[in-house]
Amino acid sequence: MKQDAFEARFVPRWDRLEKWIATLENRKEREQDAELVRQIGKEFPAAYREVCHHLALAKARRYSLALQSRLNRLALTGHRQLYRTRTPVLTLIGRFLVHEFPACFRRHWKPIAWSAVLLYLPALLMAFAISIDSELLYSLMSPRDVATMEEMYDPGNDVLGRERASDTDVMMFGYYIHNNVTIGFQVFAGGLIFGIGSVFYLVFNGLFFGAVGYHLSSIGFAQPFWSFVSGHSSFELTAIVIFGGLGLAIGYRAIAPGRQRRWQAIAEQARDGMALIYGGTLMLFAAAFVEAFWSSTTWPPPLVKYAVGVAFWVLHGLYFWGMGRSAAR
Amino acid sequence: MLLDSRIHIATPEGVELGLPLAGVGARSLAWLIDALIKFVAVSIMSIALPFLDDLGSGLYLIGSFLLLWFYNVGFEVLRNGATPGKKALGLCVMHTNGTPVGWNASVIRNLVRFVDMLPGCYAFGCIAVLLSKHFQRLGDLAAGTVVVFADDSVSTARTSASKPLPVRVPLSLDEQQAILSFAERAPGLNAERAEELAGLLNPVFADVNAERLQGHANWLAGAVHRE
Repeated sequence: MKQDAFEARFVPRWDRLEKWIATLENRKEREQDAELVRQIGKEFPAAYREVCHHLALAKARRYSLALQSRLNRLALTGHRQLYRTRTPVLTLIGRFLVHEFPACFRRHWKPIAWSAVLLYLPALLMAFAISIDSELLYSLMSPRDVATMEEMYDPGNDVLGRERASDTDVMMFGYYIHNNVTIGFQVFAGGLIFGIGSVFYLVFNGLFFGAVGYHLSSIGFAQPFWSFVSGHSSFELTAIVIFGGLGLAIGYRAIAPGRQRRWQAIAEQARDGMALIYGGTLMLFAAAFVEAFWSSTTWPPPLVKYAVGVAFWVLHGLYFWGMGRSAAR
Repeated sequence: MLLDSRIHIATPEGVELGLPLAGVGARSLAWLIDALIKFVAVSIMSIALPFLDDLGSGLYLIGSFLLLWFYNVGFEVLRNGATPGKKALGLCVMHTNGTPVGWNASVIRNLVRFVDMLPGCYAFGCIAVLLSKHFQRLGDLAAGTVVVFADDSVSTARTSASKPLPVRVPLSLDEQQAILSFAERAPGLNAERAEELAGLLNPVFADVNAERLQGHANWLAGAVHRE
């Protein structure tokens, strides 16, 4: 068949498909006329397959490049419509929080367990070491840093934490977001260097927490300090452990990629752990929120703050242990 | 065919879709436009928000953070794979199998952007683009995406109304397509160039000039001559 005859015969169908695709791509039109969309949906697959057939014919018969490019574009936009997933965002978020995040956590429990060991063990060891020799504190922090820290958690303060007035809670929120995300990112991205970076940052943060915690408790500032950190500690520490776990997992794949190429193994591990990245980031945001708006308040009695902190830890344990197990997908 | 580098996407319907890939130049320009837009947005925020004192600087920190992080991801997923900078150049991000880019892939490719930016001005990214088969930077390799030119209009249809002239010489399909391509390009060429190109066929066709060649093209395409 000659090209002009071919075009004359099929141009009306191509124009019709182009119009349908334009309607589907335009969100306003799509939502306005649901009946039309349903009608289009019935005939769309057949029309799209026909256009693919025409494209193959046009290529085989060496029709002109203009015709081929028009059919190519038609097939591409049709392909995009047919194979697009358009789940509403709320469903995606709900599905993520209820199923994917806890399931991903449990799938990666070994690297996360190692990460927790690398974070908490140095903390305990450092606390123990400082109890024996209190000068060791100054191997981590300069005397001026120690003084600043003691000032933040002085029992005589009106406001715990940094010196500020209450209407700057929002600014502290922004500041804590930046702080937390930086730590999380360091712990995770360090994993790309064969896991060494993750190990380093986890151990360093662990030593730091252990030193600060023990020192403040030993000079009598235990109550302000622990009531300050109790609220957001569960979110922040667990998030750091999660990011560290993913960093370690990636580092391990970089060292031992098995039967795949190295960067392919890394990419696959990163894709597998995407839920952890999203979830960890959410947790860091939550930690910043709690830290900015709840932790620094002094009006609740300490017991209430401890209770809230313990409640959050228990909730965390329950969430990661039990959530999303029942639905067998 | 054409000299562009193309990615050939095999579809389940058995036909191959071809798309031209975008190289370093186009992507750099798109990035530049996006960077300018982000810079303007952040500047506006930094000027306007101090009027709200500390609430303002809190909003500024949060706002600039969100903007720089979600600008790329949001536009790529919600606007057919094109941030404003990419759209200005006609580029589009998609998976290597032709499906539109999803949340996971977009987040991965923008996270790995931090590695691409090292050690200076996207040096690793540019090297990766130049060395990979489909012009992918490290973020694209990790996420399985490519950046293509979305609009593939190669040429316009034939416009000549010359009388169809039969071709008396056996021609292969590729040769026929070459003559059809000439007829499509002819409106865009100046007269001397068109004659020069048509004159190349003198050994094959007797007495050929641009108009006669367009007549031959019309005949090959099966145009029906209306008096």
